[in-house]
Formats: sequence, structure tokens, C-alpha cells
Amino acid sequence: MTAALRFDPIRLPPVCEQLRQEVRAFLAEEIAAGTFDPHKPQREDNDAPEFSRRVGERGWLGMTWPKKYGGHERTFLERYVVTEEMRVANAPTRRFFVADRQSGPVLLKYAPEHIKMDILPRICRGELCFAIGMSEPNSGSDLFAAKTKATKTDGGYLINGAKIWTTSAHIADYMIAIFRTSPSTKENRRHGLTQFLVNMKSPGIKVNPIAQITGQREFNEVVFTDAFVPDDHVLGEIDGAWKQATSELAYERSGPERFLETYYVLTELVRALGPEPDTRGAEGIGRLVAQLHTMRRMSVSVAGMLQAGKEPVVEASIVKDIGTVWEQQLPHRVRELAAFVDAEDSNHATLDELTAFATKLAPKLTIQGGTTEVLRGIIARGLGLR
Amino acid sequence: METESNIVAETAERIFADLADAQAINADHAGGWKAPLWQALTESGLPLSWVAEDFGGAGASLADGFAVLNAAGRAALPAPLAETMLAGWLLAQAGIASLDGAMTVVPAHPKDRIVLGHDGCLSGGARGVPFGHEAKHIAVLAHGDKGAVVALVDAAACRIDEGTSLGGDALDVVSFDAVVPLQTASAPRGFDQTALMLMGCVVRSLQIAGSLETLLAISVAYANQRVAFEKKIGQFQAVQHNLAKLAGETSAALAAATSAADAICSAASFDDAVFLEAAAAKIRCAEAAEKGAAIAHQVHGAIGFTEEHILHRYSLRALGWRDDFGSESHWAVELGRLVAGRGADDLWPLVASR
Repeated sequence: MTAALRFDPIRLPPVCEQLRQEVRAFLAEEIAAGTFDPHKPQREDNDAPEFSRRVGERGWLGMTWPKKYGGHERTFLERYVVTEEMRVANAPTRRFFVADRQSGPVLLKYAPEHIKMDILPRICRGELCFAIGMSEPNSGSDLFAAKTKATKTDGGYLINGAKIWTTSAHIADYMIAIFRTSPSTKENRRHGLTQFLVNMKSPGIKVNPIAQITGQREFNEVVFTDAFVPDDHVLGEIDGAWKQATSELAYERSGPERFLETYYVLTELVRALGPEPDTRGAEGIGRLVAQLHTMRRMSVSVAGMLQAGKEPVVEASIVKDIGTVWEQQLPHRVRELAAFVDAEDSNHATLDELTAFATKLAPKLTIQGGTTEVLRGIIARGLGLR
Repeated sequence: METESNIVAETAERIFADLADAQAINADHAGGWKAPLWQALTESGLPLSWVAEDFGGAGASLADGFAVLNAAGRAALPAPLAETMLAGWLLAQAGIASLDGAMTVVPAHPKDRIVLGHDGCLSGGARGVPFGHEAKHIAVLAHGDKGAVVALVDAAACRIDEGTSLGGDALDVVSFDAVVPLQTASAPRGFDQTALMLMGCVVRSLQIAGSLETLLAISVAYANQRVAFEKKIGQFQAVQHNLAKLAGETSAALAAATSAADAICSAASFDDAVFLEAAAAKIRCAEAAEKGAAIAHQVHGAIGFTEEHILHRYSLRALGWRDDFGSESHWAVELGRLVAGRGADDLWPLVASR
């Protein structure tokens, strides 16, 4: 074994609790104003640009980024609190979530200064939506099989090919994508891909919607036909995207969104079983709450280690593996435990409806952002098995 | 639980390495290892870690003691260290000084009940008492007229029916038939049997987490060494994924147990927060023990099923510890009732408060 697994018992500092109350008050106001219904998870194409701006006004986007780019230089633990409260409230975060979690940090690290000065403040104001262009029709988990080409031309590159399963591409202002700039080599099959910032409003880009089994419409196919990307939109090393793509994964894999995606069915189960559940119901709730609490403590621990400058890559992959499997199974456990609930009970219809939705959503949770199989491979490598 | 510089835990680990080597103990059927091990532990002051120096103990912090117990789990220590520490801690709650020698604690199950009568005698029975007949003294939490009472009892005054745990350690039934305690004192206000059980849950959770850490380490080492179908079995993806799952269960157990230990270290009383942390730790660690032990055995194949191999020292203890101080089913029902009683909309605030 390379190193012992670590999950230090990190607690959120008092400043986080004050922030939590502010976020809850803000969300309560938004709910009262009719911006969103906390009992309806993101079932429709609920893009909420105005809500996104108001979150930005509160200073809750780009929280950890430098002030000179519009950020707030706060901690990962503070960002953690905002993320989990929004997720539990079923707030419509689609417009800003990817930009805030993933795209901003990539730009901070790899974009030229003038691009950072232009784009990052707009993300912080909640004005920009980002998409991620990784998967292609014939390359999903095998990221390095990507074929969509970026061909050098005067002042930039011409893009030809297609990305697929691209969440929010239909409303996105920008995409951060990997394109092939050279063939892979015998020595390194990961060589030859380059990361680019793509303005989705530029000519030669067509977005085709893909309906999902939940009835949602957030996936897209994005087709590039001689779409032009200027030189200064190259992010990082030409042909060297493989070195960059894996470095930010700890941030992306261990957050509260990795186990809270179907949390609402647990709340409604507790409501349906009432204040004095029978032994079976009580035991079922108790086990689920124990599992939830444990995952959250693991996830907070990883956030704390990241804040302390450590790189808990294996621990982060473990959080996503356990967390996504749990949130995937949750609607099925809830269904079992609710089997003997009196159908006349007031929230039974809500519980049924939410459980049905979560059941349809569940299969995607262990696929997006690194499949269970990919994660277990990473964990095995960390254990010294590869 | 790895603290940056925990001299107490390092001392314990050195003793475990020198005198409680799993291979050596496994081969020594006469039990010759027992006396030197206990002597070294006693000389280092570890059994009375949680007893103040004024009362003859080592006066270590709760956190240091918890780290020792996590290490004891990693060593699958077959000696009443955790039990003596817990007994010393219970006696200290009521200001009773500990006596020398091994101790254990009664009751070890939430539903067992010992009563202190008007005549000053203890009556009742306790099942599943770890190391009951190896203990010289027993720390008892009894129900008295005016609330919980802590009593120090000479083990020879009790009837002890011997049994063994899944892991092969003593696990006995202790009966109190008009037993006169050596000393009694009222438990502090708010301290009751649930508090004792929750402390026991955290102790066992740390031990289970520790045993899983070792199960993971020896399983990975074995997979990197054993060859089948012309390859090290650790190179097969199916085996890798099983070990990744074992790492996940180990991580969950470690996180839940260290979090609960930390909660007790910083809590003023055994409130709802400690209840959530300690009960959740016991539930999740017990679940991890089941899944983790199964994977470790699967990876080892037939050799892991032999008495000769040390695997069972960790796997069977982890499984046996699930039952002490309340099983995961018991605590799940209790935690479920707590959550249901507080109501659906209070669940998230409770979870987020930790």
C-alpha cells in the first residue's frame, strides 16, 4: 500500500455556520417569491438566469477565487456550505454550477491574463453559463479516444467533429473542451489532445437537444463545422491536456452534490412515516441517516484537506464512489420502507412522485463525472495495485 | 486514527508490534503471550489511560486514548485493554479510583439492567460481557433509587458463565445475586446507561475501523503477491474493484469512528449531536465490517479460511465487535426514532450541524 487512507475529523468553522444561516434566509426569500419550489427537484428545464445573478450579488460565486478576478478569497469550507444548502433546497443552480465548480478554476490556472480579467468577473456575477466538452459519440469514459479535431489556421484553430452528453450546452455561453491537435503516440496514447475555451455563440456550432429518460432536457449533442477558436483561447499546453484534466478531479469528485442528488426522497420518507414509525421504518431511517452522516463527514474531511493544501485524490474518488452508489440506491430503499405507509397520508402523492423521479434519475449518477468503474480503477492504483 | 504526533498511541503500537504480533499469537496455543503483553501494557499505564493521575491513572486525553484503541483494532488486540480503559473511565465519572489489574464494564448491552437495592446489593444479569472472567474488577452502571449509580465490584463476587466471542476472546454472562460492591457513587447528573453505551459504541467503532485498515493492507499485499492464471491476482480488474470497495468501506468506518470520537472529545454532555455521531458510527462501522470482511476473505481464497492464517484474527473480531454495546440494528431503530421525532424538516439541520 502506498499510504494510509486519511479522513481527519474536520469541523466547519463558526464562520460557516453564520454563512449557512445567510444562505438559508436567502433561499427562503427566493422560495417565498416563487423563484423555485423546494419540493420539485430540477425536473423541468428550469434555467434561472435572474436567480443566478442574485446568487452572484451575494458573493457566493467564485468564492475561493482572487478578488482581482471578482472572487471573494473565502475558503473551500465556506463554498462547501453554500453548495450543500443550495442542493438540499433543490435550488436552480444549473446556470452557474459548472462554471463555479469547474470551469472557473481551469481558467484561473491556464487562461491568459486578459481572458481571466474578461470572463472570471462575469462568472462571479452569475452572468455566464459553462458546459464541458469531454465525451464524444465514440469516446465516453475513454477520454483519450477523442477525435474531434482542432486544425491550425491563421490566428487560431478550426474545430470539426462532435461532442455529446453535453449538459447545458443549449444555454451555455462558453464550453471548455478537449480537441485533438495531434495524433496519439505509441509511447503515450493520451498525447495529442488540447484544452480550449470555446465561445458557444461563434459560427459553426450547432446544438441538438437529447431527451433523457427523466423527461429532462439538459443533454445535448454539439456539432462543430469549421468553428473558429482564436489562439488565446488555448488553455495550457498544446497536446498536453492529459496532464491537466486529472489535476482538478479531487475538487470535482468529493463535493456534497455527490451524495445529495436524491436527498429529497429521504426527507419525504421521514414525513410519510410520521413522528412514531414502527420498528422497521425506524431502523430503515436510522441506517440511511447513519450512512448519509458518514458520507458528509467524509466529504467535509476531503474539503478540509484540500483547504489545507493536501491532495487527497484517492479519498476524493472514494467519496464519489460511495456517495453516488448511495444516492442511486436511495429511491429504492425509500420505496421499500414506504411500502406499508397508508396511501391516504397527506404527502403520499408527493413521496410517490418524487421517488419515481429519483428512480429514473438514479442510473445517471454513477456514470456522470467518472463512472464507478473508472473511479475504482483510480482507487486501485492508489492502493498500489496498478 | 493517525494523529500527527501521538506519543501515547505510538507507545501502544510499539507494544502491540513487540508483544502482540498476530502471527506469533496465532501460533501460540498455550497463551504464553498473555502475561508479558499485559505486563508491558500495565507498565506503560495504557489500561488506565483515561483515569486521572490523582486516581492512579495515566491521565491521558480522551483523544489520545481513542487513538490507542484505533491502533488496538489495527492489531486485533486480544486483551482487555479497551474494556479496562472504559471501566476506568466509567469509575472516574463518579469519582471512584480504579484498582490494579484488568477490568471490564457492565452492562455491555443496552437492554441489560443491573439494580442497586436498598440493602446496598447489586442484582441482575449482563450478557455478552467482554473479558468477563479475565477481569479482576468490574465497573458497573446500576439503576439506583435516585438515578444511575456507578459501582466497583470484585469479579470474584459475581457468577460468571464463560463464553467466547466470534474472534475467540472471552465473552461471558455475568450474574449479580446480592453482590455487595466494593464502592458506589452516584453518576453525574445526566449520565445514564445510554451515555455508557454510546461511549462503548465509539470504542468499538474505532476498533472495527482499525481492523478494517489491517484487512485492507493484508488483502492488498496478498493480491500483489499471489499468482493465478499466470498473473498476480491484483492485476485482475474484478479483484481490483473488490479491493477498491474494501478501501471504501474502510474509509467510511474510519471517517465515522474518528468523527464520533472527536465529537465526544469536544462535547460537554451526551446530547443529540453525540447520539447521532456515536450511533451512526456504530451502524456504519458494523455495515463496513460485514462488507469488508467478506471482501478480504474473498481475495484470500481458501488460505484465509484456515486457522493458521491471521486473516480471521481481524475479520472475526470486526464482526464480533458489532454486537457489543448495542448492535447496528438497535442503534438504527434508536436513531430512526430520534430523527422521526424531530420531524422531516429538521433532518437536514441535524446532519448539517455536524
